[in-house]
Amino acid sequence: MSWVTQTLSSSLGRKVIMSLTGLFLSTFLVVHMAGNLQLFKGDEGRAFNEYTYFMTHNPLIITVSYLLYTSILVHALMAFVLTRHNQASRPVDYAFKRPEANSAWSSRNMGILGTVLLIFIILHMRTFWYEMHFGSVPMAEYDGKQYKDLYTVVVAAFSQWWYVLIYVVSMVALGYHLVHGFQSGFQTLGLRHKKYTPLIEALGTYVFAILIPALFAAMPIYIFLKANNFIG
Amino acid sequence: MKVNLKVWRQKNNNTAGKLVEYSLDNISPDMSFLEMFDVLNAELIRKGDEPVAFDHDCREGICGMCSMYINGRAHGPQTGATTCQLHMRSFSDGDTIVVEPWRARAFPVIKDLMVDRTAFDRVVQAGGYVSVNTGSAPDANEIAIPRTIADEAMDAAQCIGCGACVAACKNASAMLFVSAKVSHMAVLPQGQAERKIRAERMVAQMDAEGFGACSFTGACSVECPKSISLDHIARMNREYLGAKLTSENV
Ligand code: HEM
Ligand code: SF4
Ligand code: FES
Repeated sequence: MSWVTQTLSSSLGRKVIMSLTGLFLSTFLVVHMAGNLQLFKGDEGRAFNEYTYFMTHNPLIITVSYLLYTSILVHALMAFVLTRHNQASRPVDYAFKRPEANSAWSSRNMGILGTVLLIFIILHMRTFWYEMHFGSVPMAEYDGKQYKDLYTVVVAAFSQWWYVLIYVVSMVALGYHLVHGFQSGFQTLGLRHKKYTPLIEALGTYVFAILIPALFAAMPIYIFLKANNFIG
Repeated sequence: MKVNLKVWRQKNNNTAGKLVEYSLDNISPDMSFLEMFDVLNAELIRKGDEPVAFDHDCREGICGMCSMYINGRAHGPQTGATTCQLHMRSFSDGDTIVVEPWRARAFPVIKDLMVDRTAFDRVVQAGGYVSVNTGSAPDANEIAIPRTIADEAMDAAQCIGCGACVAACKNASAMLFVSAKVSHMAVLPQGQAERKIRAERMVAQMDAEGFGACSFTGACSVECPKSISLDHIARMNREYLGAKLTSENV
């Protein structure tokens, strides 16, 4: 084995892969969130459709999106490998255990939370990404230029209460995944320091685990309320 | 006081074990948990039964032998203490107490509550040493070490190799132990010559022994009788990755 494969297949190396892919996905969340805020503009989706056009045509963004798909796959695959390895490390379990006495629930259930996220990502990509790339999306015209009207697809999906509910539950899972995952990812890379760790923890908790999932959850709720005429 | 015990009994590594119930009267709240086990064993011997095998040596919290998983916690309900430092006053009259051995693939059960922890010895043998002739003790202050660094090394060096971190971790990971051993030498001048090879070899041995990976749940540090900090795990990751990227060992 070369030193590279040896490093990456060690218990520490596998965690580094988890951490790098996980933190990359976290940065993507910020971009994805910022872009999707266009949904809150009361302009019948024009800003949103122009934004999705840009995202699907800019070569740099297209390249990064392939990195993103790879990251999701590698992160999920490595999660599976690590979880299996960790379970095998204790073939006989305790008859009586009290894990809540020494650790946070989220930190012990990253696999379950991640599985919820994986199911969510598949559903999410089927509804929007697949339709955008391979489905039939209605067209909209702004200033004489044709755009795929993904906004209409979004509104149609979010008009259904159960679909909104899946999103809200998934965003709660995301919050729990990141309240542990974000700061853990830095420690996996060895980045722990008196000066910066409190900042990383605060960022992970308030921004990544609370603010971002809350804003993501607000989108389907807002569109649901609007589409069903609960709000103007 | 009266206690009901459910103790893991297992003849050897090749036979299945089970929890066996015992009850004891007249236990003094001032007894240590191990003394309570001495009372149990005296009674078992009197009845002609096999006493419960459990590890112990110093009974003052420094040898790390007294591994017992008590009521779902490594070393019982107290934090910052070993089983020998746990007293019966931490329990109430009539309590049921479940006592199991450490559970980890790398720590096979030898008998009853005794487990084989030589995996830790092999990890230390892989690199937890400084292989230079140290000669006689140098003059005080000849090697300048800042106070904060010395404190950090001493904090890590407090690890007594008890294995509570492995026992408490959901992944049976040995990261806290190995990182304490990597850390206390990585920060001192004496440890510099072998700094990279030490991190590489100790992590490789840790993996070869079959310990799990780290999820940073922090359970190890909470249950560690010496309260070894998670800082050391982050440092070991840093040492290991740095060593892998820059050492001469391909
Ligand atoms: C695709 C579905 C996902 C699965 C199956 C999954 C699973 C996991 C698991 C099991 C861990 C813990 C590893 C351990 O305990 O050692 C983890 C860590 C992590 N995950 Fe995920 N996850 C998923 C999606 C995500 C997403 C969408 C993000 C970010 C937006 C993310 C960010 C992270 C981070 C930052 C860590 C911490 C890495 C570390 O501890 O070093 N994960 N994930
Ligand atoms: S790190 Fe703490 S719990 Fe682990 S072996 Fe050392 S003293 Fe015991
Ligand atoms: S018997 Fe030595 S630490 Fe408990």
